[in-house]
Amino acid sequence: MAINTDIQETSPELERLKELYADKGFVVTSINNLINWARTGSLHWMTFGLACCAVEMMHVGTPRYDVERFGAAPRASPRHADVLIVAGTLTNKMASALRKAYDQMPEPRYVISMGSCANGGGYYHYSYSVVRGCDRIIPVDVYVPGCPPTAEGLLYGLLQLQKKIRREGNIKR
Amino acid sequence: MSKITEVAKEAIKKKCNPIEISDDFNQLQISISADQILDVVDFIKNDEACEFRQITDIAGVDFPDRQKRFDVIYHFLSFKHNSRLRIKIIIGEDESIPSITSIFPAANWFEREAFDMYGIQFKDHPDLRRILTDYGFEGYPLRKDFPLSGNVEIRYDEIDKKIIHEPVNLQQDFRSFDIQSPWERTNYLKEDKKNNE
Repeated sequence: MAINTDIQETSPELERLKELYADKGFVVTSINNLINWARTGSLHWMTFGLACCAVEMMHVGTPRYDVERFGAAPRASPRHADVLIVAGTLTNKMASALRKAYDQMPEPRYVISMGSCANGGGYYHYSYSVVRGCDRIIPVDVYVPGCPPTAEGLLYGLLQLQKKIRREGNIKR
Repeated sequence: MSKITEVAKEAIKKKCNPIEISDDFNQLQISISADQILDVVDFIKNDEACEFRQITDIAGVDFPDRQKRFDVIYHFLSFKHNSRLRIKIIIGEDESIPSITSIFPAANWFEREAFDMYGIQFKDHPDLRRILTDYGFEGYPLRKDFPLSGNVEIRYDEIDKKIIHEPVNLQQDFRSFDIQSPWERTNYLKEDKKNNE
């Protein structure tokens, strides 16, 4: 789908249209913005809990931190998911399963690496059985530091991902 | 040492012919040879004085300097008498030890784990495969001569579109922070190697 992106948000024509229709129950925006709004507002996350980080990931989903108010619901299947949260230590034996889950996700797909272990091996960096960072297996968009990160930390990571999608977001591929 | 355990100790001493029997720290411990294991385990499970009917764990210990390098240690629990028993067996690298899965089916995975981690062979085990390490893993990680960071590391290859194994290449040496004084610093592997050469 080719979209005319010449008309910027700040162009005078658009501003005029906005003014004209604002009081009449309409919102004027570009389709790019609309799609990005939809995309950032429904970041369904694939639960890839591998260790203790998974507990904090669960907290994010429950009412105290309530990630669902940003439109993000947990999905059990990678085929339904937009964002994969790698929560915990990725071992060599698990790596192929992680890649398989990632490959099944539909585009556009994003990855959040959560915690020291997923970021770079962390405490188990020198172990014989642990992958030194999940970015050796799949491309990562946002790294959330911590051991484990707080639920707020992960929530912040998700907001950063939304920001990234908004910044780079262009439905032309 | 409770009276019941004392009775069990006497019974084991009389029937099992152990190399050594002790009750330090309030727990029975016997040392036997590998070919005794089936008879002993059968006895301590079924004898009225013992009734160690639950196997808790099978552990391995590696002593690389010893001629027979492995200890295999069985832990049993007797619910009825509220006591525990430890059985120690010393075996060498190229020896095998009879599997006790015919007496304790729960020992199946414990033996697989001991095999996975130390390469201890269990004779007549129904399914002696690796249990914890990666598919196609080589070496026995809990042996003292196994390198800490292993021999291979993995990454996804964008060209081949698959996960590949490569020799370990660490960006930074492993540092041990287990030092006594703040003036003493850690030994680096690379420097050690250089000094040895």
